Amino acid sequence: MNNQLDKTMPLREAIRRYVKNGAHISIGGFTLNRNPMAAVYEIIRQKITDLHLYAHSNGTGLDELIGAGCIAKLEIAYGGNGKAAPTCIRFARAIQNNEILFEDYSNYMMSLRFMAGAMGVPFLPTLSGMGSDMLTTWGFSESMRLSDPKIVNKKLAVVDNPFGNWGGAKKVVAVPAINPDVTIIHVQQADIMGTCRIKGLTFADVEQAKASRHVIVTCENLVEKAVLRENPDMNQIPFIHVSAVCHVPFGGYPTAVYGHYDYDAQYLKQFAAAARDENAFTAYQDRFIFGVDNHEQFLKQVGKDRLEAVAADPRTGYSVNMKRD
Amino acid sequence: MKISYTPKEIMTIMAAREIKNGDIVFSGTGISMLAAMAAKKINAPDSVIFFETGAMDSLLEEIPFAVADPRIMYWAAANSSLTDAFATMQNRITGDRVIAILGAAQIDPYGNLNTTCIGDYYSPDVRFSGSGGGCDVASFVPRCIAFMQHEKRKFVKKLDYLTSPGQLTGNGSREAAGLRPGGVSVVVTNLGMMRFDAHTGKMYLDRYYPGTTPDMILEHTGFAMDVSRAVQAAPPTDTELKILRENCDPQRLILGPVA
Repeated sequence: MNNQLDKTMPLREAIRRYVKNGAHISIGGFTLNRNPMAAVYEIIRQKITDLHLYAHSNGTGLDELIGAGCIAKLEIAYGGNGKAAPTCIRFARAIQNNEILFEDYSNYMMSLRFMAGAMGVPFLPTLSGMGSDMLTTWGFSESMRLSDPKIVNKKLAVVDNPFGNWGGAKKVVAVPAINPDVTIIHVQQADIMGTCRIKGLTFADVEQAKASRHVIVTCENLVEKAVLRENPDMNQIPFIHVSAVCHVPFGGYPTAVYGHYDYDAQYLKQFAAAARDENAFTAYQDRFIFGVDNHEQFLKQVGKDRLEAVAADPRTGYSVNMKRD
Repeated sequence: MKISYTPKEIMTIMAAREIKNGDIVFSGTGISMLAAMAAKKINAPDSVIFFETGAMDSLLEEIPFAVADPRIMYWAAANSSLTDAFATMQNRITGDRVIAILGAAQIDPYGNLNTTCIGDYYSPDVRFSGSGGGCDVASFVPRCIAFMQHEKRKFVKKLDYLTSPGQLTGNGSREAAGLRPGGVSVVVTNLGMMRFDAHTGKMYLDRYYPGTTPDMILEHTGFAMDVSRAVQAAPPTDTELKILRENCDPQRLILGPVA
């Protein structure tokens, strides 16, 4: 987080500088949309481990990171990847085989936790989840929580409404703030200072970015400052939050980036098939992640025909009549 | 009587009939989205489809396969964010107009849902995706439709994990826990429709489809259920089926093979 004028750097350098072993991170997007995939693959190539990942609903990026063994602890609301994998395969496997520590929340709880972090308050209240097992069943034990100063002492807490029955609620659920070390998002447009313009749904990217010590932005288009300043009401994240800007066209592929390209249903299906089999998964990683040096080479490995198939139609923002099953 | 529709088709029509004109429909993907689309084209033209990701009143020229599918972003009234979408449901002014459509791996006699795991939470036999927005919407809105395959292993006395609250243990326990009235109000399966007793909060059989019987439904239910109020459901009409097949899912992407 600085105001230095030019924050552009190669993605490899940004990951090396800000994503350390054991870091608490979050990645933007939602299931199969606008995941910062180039950054995810770079984290895997750099063999960064022991990460603590915060997510609401995550899919493609989550399952690649878990599959590659980068994640030790996970706080999440949903691990699914659309039709290709209604439950993320490596995510389910890692939990079933006791390979990661995990904590379940809901989407609103996780979104509010990022918002609380962005606001600088210790928690925010919601009326969600009372009576559910999310309140009573903790994935992280109390002793583990107390032994790690970066983890809050309780998962959630039900507290009395200090204003009596005001608002029609006697009790609220307090959800604790999250302040990740680094959040990585992929956006349609950014300038060299890091101001961002997201097209389509923002999901919780804005809250995630504003809650974080550092933000790495990867972008489809690196644009002149004036392009963003002419219509500032269309920008969501001002540069003050951002530490690094990396120009990575197709940096969200194989997930969708609205107005640029669709998710690649064929790629996601191929990933899901590989994720179910250890040998196939190693072969998949060797071919698409470790066998290439960077995202540009990854895209060459994927092939021009796939990139053309997912190219967005300018009217609708997605690939019309694309084969999706 | 000859049945001229598939289980998926009758489920979609039955759920669509629950949606009233003017409702704001919280939709997932698959059959729930199809039910929302069918209601809009058959019986509730002024209903509004919205997604937890923040898209309100999307045009849906193509059927989306995920709630983050770019197909929901086109021609929406607004594309916002998660915090905004869930606030719309938690806020009483708009939340009371929302009807949600949910699915689950397990449901219990009080309409509580499990979308988290089968077996022990810490070391499950099968892990599912988790709550997503399911717990939130089941906590906030007055009416929820649950889509289920009617099987004993899915209709269970006790859930392996309570992800999304229904009537909890019945008899007003939902409100006592601090939740507003709401949660799953109707269960639509491939065999019939269940609702919940206003006093006890317990599930009862409301409708059985042509070709099924209350006894058959009990055989597929893992707990005792009152069937004394059950009557046969009015089957899908030719008009409903025609609109569903020709205008909602002509490629049968969700409906699947013809009967």
